[in-house]
Amino acid sequence: MTATSAAVPKTNHALTAALLAIIPGFGQFYNKQWVKGIIFAFFLFCFFLSARDLISHGIWGLTTLGTELPRDNSIFLLAEGIVVVLMLLLVLTLWGISIHDAYACGKTRDEGKELYSLKRQYKNLFDRGFPYLMIAPGFVLLVFVVIFPIVFGFALAFTSYNLYNTPPAKLVTWVGFKTFTNLFTLQMWRSTFFDVLGWTVVWTVLASTFQCAVGVLLAILVNQKDLKFRSIVRTIFILPWAVPGFVTILVFAGMFNDSFGVINGSILPMLGVDDPPRWLIDPFWTKTALIMMQTWLGFPFVFAMTTGVLQAIPEDLYEAATMDGATSYVKLKTITLPLVLYSIAPIIITQYTFNFNNFNIIYLFNGGGPAVAGSQAGGTDILVSWIYKLTMSSSQYNIASAITILLSIFVVSVALWQFRRSNAFKNEDMM
Amino acid sequence: MESKVTQMENEVLRRAANKHKSIKQERLIRLTLTWIVVLAVCVIIIYPLIWTVGASFNPGNSLMSSTMIPETISLEHYKDLFNGKTDYVIWYWNSLKISFLTMIFTLVLVSFTAYSFSRFRFYGRKNGLMLFLLLQMIPQFCALIAIFVLSQMLGMVNSHWALILIYVGGMIPMNTYLMKGYLDAIPKDMDESARMDGAGHMRIFVEIIMPLSKPIIAVIALFAFTGPLGDFILSSTILRTPDKFTLPLGLYNMVSQAMGASYTTYAAGAVLISIPVAALFLWLQKFFVSGLTAGGSKG
Repeated sequence: MTATSAAVPKTNHALTAALLAIIPGFGQFYNKQWVKGIIFAFFLFCFFLSARDLISHGIWGLTTLGTELPRDNSIFLLAEGIVVVLMLLLVLTLWGISIHDAYACGKTRDEGKELYSLKRQYKNLFDRGFPYLMIAPGFVLLVFVVIFPIVFGFALAFTSYNLYNTPPAKLVTWVGFKTFTNLFTLQMWRSTFFDVLGWTVVWTVLASTFQCAVGVLLAILVNQKDLKFRSIVRTIFILPWAVPGFVTILVFAGMFNDSFGVINGSILPMLGVDDPPRWLIDPFWTKTALIMMQTWLGFPFVFAMTTGVLQAIPEDLYEAATMDGATSYVKLKTITLPLVLYSIAPIIITQYTFNFNNFNIIYLFNGGGPAVAGSQAGGTDILVSWIYKLTMSSSQYNIASAITILLSIFVVSVALWQFRRSNAFKNEDMM
Repeated sequence: MESKVTQMENEVLRRAANKHKSIKQERLIRLTLTWIVVLAVCVIIIYPLIWTVGASFNPGNSLMSSTMIPETISLEHYKDLFNGKTDYVIWYWNSLKISFLTMIFTLVLVSFTAYSFSRFRFYGRKNGLMLFLLLQMIPQFCALIAIFVLSQMLGMVNSHWALILIYVGGMIPMNTYLMKGYLDAIPKDMDESARMDGAGHMRIFVEIIMPLSKPIIAVIALFAFTGPLGDFILSSTILRTPDKFTLPLGLYNMVSQAMGASYTTYAAGAVLISIPVAALFLWLQKFFVSGLTAGGSKG
């Protein structure tokens, strides 16, 4: 068939084996690899025989989401259907591997090489199977507690599942993209969505920029060689990172409290502010407090990372610059800052994605509040905390899920963009 | 002539002295300004912490009367935590249990996956890595709705094991990458020579690779331990009754139910969590920066 090559194989074991392997195990039998063949055949036949009913029921449930009311629970059917699909994917992968294996072994035979002896086969099977064996437990867990819930959650966006359509009393149906169009066309959802999105962006940009700027600047400041007690200062600066975040957020919630908090009670009057802002009641001041708090909480991480980078900058760079008569300012601008920013750029970007999803500070400080009239969300709710409230208290599952999808697309795009920028893919070992 | 030379010498010396003086002056100004900033930041950092400690020792439940350094030190709030008026001890135990088990399972599973991805070239490896990368990017709360809905339907409400498994699953992708980056930097000659001596995969893993990756293990252990300790969103979807709460849930409920009324008790509880966690953190902190930057710089 392939006339281009001079050494045209007289045999075509590769293709024959691959075709036979469509019946699980037979490709391996053809290659006289009995052990491997039995293992493949056993697993695949067992699966298809035992799970035949489950598969057809799962697929039926997934497509219809139930037809009869007392009997069918749409959400169970959806979950079961997704599990079946995931299982099928796993098994099809195994099937694919068995066909690929039969093909590869057949090819070795076509090239006139001996396949391994039975003893070598055992050893080889263990050797080659070892990485799979090690990955398997983590992978299975990942499929069930991460991949499955994410797929299930995403699927809800395309159903009518909400407060008014809740099994077992009602059936849920597939509605396509209706939830998304509702989100963008119904005034009630649209205005809230864009308000929340706007504040999420403002929050992310301001809080992350402040915490990164403060962290980098303080690290450079403390890194001066002739500053005494540097290690003590560093330890103190890292404290906000060391104390659990939820503890400090709740402490701040007390300090900012309008009635008994220490900020309005003694600090601001001491500084001569007679009319202190009402931190937890006025959305603007809640937002201000949140950004200040996040700067407090977030800068130590950037500070520690920058300090690590600074200590790795070779001293002779600065000495050479001093010889050339550079001032401290020039050295800072041309040596320190570029090197630091280049090295910690990935960390800075993670700060932005982290704050974009920073649920704890928003929710624990003021519950996303204060409440705003005519809005579906609180005055300081970011997308994550809004999703949380839509799920936990208003049971608007499909809207919550639609927003989750939009948010994931955004976060993944940013992460991919960052990943392509970093040269990780160029590193051969990486992938 | 001579006098002129000395005059010039004097001039040079004087200028040098001036320059020296101005450098000294500049240094003084620079250090003074630095210290002003550093001290201001220290005050801003330490004030809330001291305030919490002060509140925890303050007699009475109200913060209205509380001063930063209480006039009379009272241990009543600490006693309240332990004498059954609150479920604090239960929450503490729950949190420790969940964090510890999450840490152990995460370490085992992550070191397995990272070792495989780092040391073996197997069919499907590239796709596996891509999957992990993608999962690492999708925030785990995307599973929130599913966890909420399914835990109610499948009767997993209040199950600590369900929560632990969810935490461990969420930890795997990111930490596998972190650890794989570290393992890639360990020369492969190490394993090769051990293989020459007849060591199997498992033995190389346990006796060579693991001891060499202690710094990154410390980092991942810390991540996996403190992750559940700081989580509110996932635990609140599964744990519903106070006897199953973890510390974040319990303390939040304590504060939010009657803000002000039990705030001083909260402060005492906060102090008792923060001290061990902060101590552990500061102790492991050196590993942290080196572990993260080493893994990071290698890609």
